[in-house]
Amino acid sequence: MSGLAELAAGAAARQSLWQRLDLKWAVIGVSVAIVAYFALVPLVFLFWQSFFTPQTATKAAEFTLDNYGKAYSSLETARLFINSLQFATGVAIFAFMVGTLLAWMNERTNTPFKALFFSLSIIPLVIPGILFVVAWIFLGSPKIGIINLVLQNWFGTKYVFVNVYSIWGMIWVEGLHYSPMAFLLMTAAFRSMDPAMEESAMMSGANILQVAWRITLKLSWPAIFATILILFVRSIESFEVPALLGLPVGIEVFTSSIYRAIHQYPSQIGLASSYAVTLLLITSVGVYFQSRLSSQGNKYSTMTGKGFRPRTIDLGRWRYAAAAVFFGYFLLIVVLPFLVLLWSSFQGFYSVPSMAALKNLTLDPYRFVFSYPTLAQSVWNSLILALGSATVIMLVTSVICWIVVKTKIPGRWLLDNLASLPMVFPGLVLGLSIMIFYLYFDVGVYGTIWIMFAAYITRFLPYGLRYNTTSMLQIHKELEESAQMSGASWATSFRRIILPLLKPGLLAGWIYIVIVSIRELAASILLYSPGTEVVSIVIWELWENGQYVELSALGVLFIIALFILVMLAQYVGKKFGIKEAR
Amino acid sequence: MLSVKALFTEYPNERGETVKAAQDVSFDVPEGKLFTLLGPSGCGKTTTLRSIAGLERPRSGEISIGERVVYSSGRNIFVAPNRRNFGMVFQSYAIWPHMSVFKNAAFPLEVASARVNRAEIDRKVMRVLGTVGLDHLASREATKLSGGQQQRLALARALTMEPKLLLLDEPLSNLDAKLRERMRFELKRLQRELRLTTVYVTHDQGEALALSHEIAVMNEGRIVQIGAPRDIYERPHNRFVADFVGSANFLEATVIGRDDRADIYQVQTAIGNLLAFAVEPLKPGDRVVISLRPEDTQLSAHRPDTLNAFEGVVEAKLFLGEFIEFQIKLGDMLMLARVHPSFSPQVGTKVYIGMNPEKCVAIPDDARHRKA
Repeated sequence: MSGLAELAAGAAARQSLWQRLDLKWAVIGVSVAIVAYFALVPLVFLFWQSFFTPQTATKAAEFTLDNYGKAYSSLETARLFINSLQFATGVAIFAFMVGTLLAWMNERTNTPFKALFFSLSIIPLVIPGILFVVAWIFLGSPKIGIINLVLQNWFGTKYVFVNVYSIWGMIWVEGLHYSPMAFLLMTAAFRSMDPAMEESAMMSGANILQVAWRITLKLSWPAIFATILILFVRSIESFEVPALLGLPVGIEVFTSSIYRAIHQYPSQIGLASSYAVTLLLITSVGVYFQSRLSSQGNKYSTMTGKGFRPRTIDLGRWRYAAAAVFFGYFLLIVVLPFLVLLWSSFQGFYSVPSMAALKNLTLDPYRFVFSYPTLAQSVWNSLILALGSATVIMLVTSVICWIVVKTKIPGRWLLDNLASLPMVFPGLVLGLSIMIFYLYFDVGVYGTIWIMFAAYITRFLPYGLRYNTTSMLQIHKELEESAQMSGASWATSFRRIILPLLKPGLLAGWIYIVIVSIRELAASILLYSPGTEVVSIVIWELWENGQYVELSALGVLFIIALFILVMLAQYVGKKFGIKEAR
Repeated sequence: MLSVKALFTEYPNERGETVKAAQDVSFDVPEGKLFTLLGPSGCGKTTTLRSIAGLERPRSGEISIGERVVYSSGRNIFVAPNRRNFGMVFQSYAIWPHMSVFKNAAFPLEVASARVNRAEIDRKVMRVLGTVGLDHLASREATKLSGGQQQRLALARALTMEPKLLLLDEPLSNLDAKLRERMRFELKRLQRELRLTTVYVTHDQGEALALSHEIAVMNEGRIVQIGAPRDIYERPHNRFVADFVGSANFLEATVIGRDDRADIYQVQTAIGNLLAFAVEPLKPGDRVVISLRPEDTQLSAHRPDTLNAFEGVVEAKLFLGEFIEFQIKLGDMLMLARVHPSFSPQVGTKVYIGMNPEKCVAIPDDARHRKA
């Protein structure tokens, strides 16, 4: 009798063992499949499409090299290439110089108010690219730009002082927009440097500038190069500035040409694909060198990664000039753009600030925005997409990250690289490849919100991976092993030990992805259809329709909402003791 | 009770080379005994322990506990660690920071395949926390514990599951010296009271000698000697054990012949002929190494009338509180002697060093690896 009971118990134990094993491999399998599908599929079909003619109702797609022929035989392409390089290089250098100067002043000098400045440096993140560009059009356009009008008024001329509709204007606006990123990256680099290096130079008799130039900058060389590469990649794949400032005056770069090739009739998907492949090659080279650089960073043994508290350099009376630079910068990047949007959001139709215009203040734009037919739907779409993709990404990458960091499964580095692959996709290129894929494989996704969901998951997968990896590396493997020894199965220890310990990274990454998905424009613009608009698309549409004041009202509300989100992120970051990753 | 047979493990290191961690490791631990794996870092002791735990999969061999085989390469058996029901205390303690003291200790019962009801969990956990003296801290956050308390919590967690076998991986190495000494006593008392079959891994010979019923000294993946603590210390089988466990003077020697007494031989060394002890029979002409512990030497100002006494000069001395360490120069040799501080000759003076033949252990010179 007891023997029988034992037998039954044994069978039950074996049964549950199988169930548990199944669950582990099911979760891992699904996560790997999701990553492989989202990271590889668009890339493959982009290549495929670039070698084929468009498929029509009457004619099947045929193999052709014409797309590349057309793309590379014309002088137009040479100009495109030169424009893109000029633009991206200009932005990278300009943003780098601004960011580095600010980072140096903030980390190494006794400039007043620098603590305040550092805490404000997060604010530019809340202004989406498209609104920043629009604001700068209000400020620097040759006809309606406030800066021109004010200067013309003062000097009594008709001379156009600044013109954002030019390659230099584009570099200026984009460079300003990316300078906070350069600032954060270079701040991290300066922080990880042993100040004894600088102090010994000073003891050898070098002055401030000699130390800054010959020691600080030279030692940060790997970080400098990596920062410039990131800025270069980001600007060559950026869409808003080339579309809003370049296209109207015929200055085209790769991203704006891809957009134009699709939005002409009939749309030339093959041509767009061959441009996209070229762009992808450029960004891949950039990302490759950048990742090589950061993995070799420890070659410079001075960079120990420890937190130092360096002695700051006394600027003397110059520190007031330095503080003025901080305030001037903050004015250009946050205050002026926001104020100009705020001003125009209270106008019946766009007009330059003046006493006369002050009398015309109205709430009409806000009334318009709130009664805008697609607004409620687009806010809902934005929220669903942002929350959904952030949740899926963080959970999937937590499993991926566990495999990569905690196991010795052969080929796990491949998984890591696969999940990081979307880094090289410019948003527009990603939108294009996903569009092509679901056009040809009609699984009922095209034209629905799911296609944008797929794009967001792909695009932000690497961010999730990075946040999770940082956290996962801090979890001692014995914490998990002791759960195993306590009798917990893989699923139990993942749910009860790994996930709770991963919480800081999970939360921070989740909020970051929510913020960047809400701002997303470049991929969405090729994928949306009536009913699936997101907020940034509504802003784009308002711009296309010339409804500037309404756009401003929506922009102001949008910025305030994002600001609240970022503050929330800061709060969570402080509460759970994690640093803002880039 | 626990039986490990012909265990081989290897794993690739960062450069892709194969590291041979455990080579032909075999031992048995009787029920209720504490067995220690002792050796320098990289000798394979931790890998052996993790293989017993199931956290690493050996290349070949067999591990069984009582009648239950948990690993066998021949029969292709591998029981997952969470199915083995072994308690383990990790070097880092691995206390989960997101749980309270009680939650940490209750975890093994909560995840057990046989459901345990709430009241039963409460009762068992509080009893175990009481055993290790943490019952008054049950509701505290685990991260608010001191190092010694965390160590005891880790032990409590391993005990709540009422394990068949307790595995301890350098459990005391993260404590400061004073606390470590106290925990040694406590661990020994607990193990003896609960009569838990235990495998203990350490690189600290003092811990091993103090706690164990039996010690296996490991080097380069192999067990080089198994024995009771006293045997290991007083009768090392080879030069490695003599050197690693405690400190020792070594004198190369050639056997001349037997003495009248059992197991005592006359040998020739660089400092002169002396009498030495050997476990296994030696014959004239055998090359051996004489191992002598510094504390087994006698120093005196006048020639003692014992055997094995030599004249030397004090080369250097270190005052260490409980004793003084001398370097004594004997011809070309330097010998280490450890004596009570009451005898303190100046550097450069002539002293006599006496060696009890029972303490001069002759070790076969060629036996670097020796099966126990």
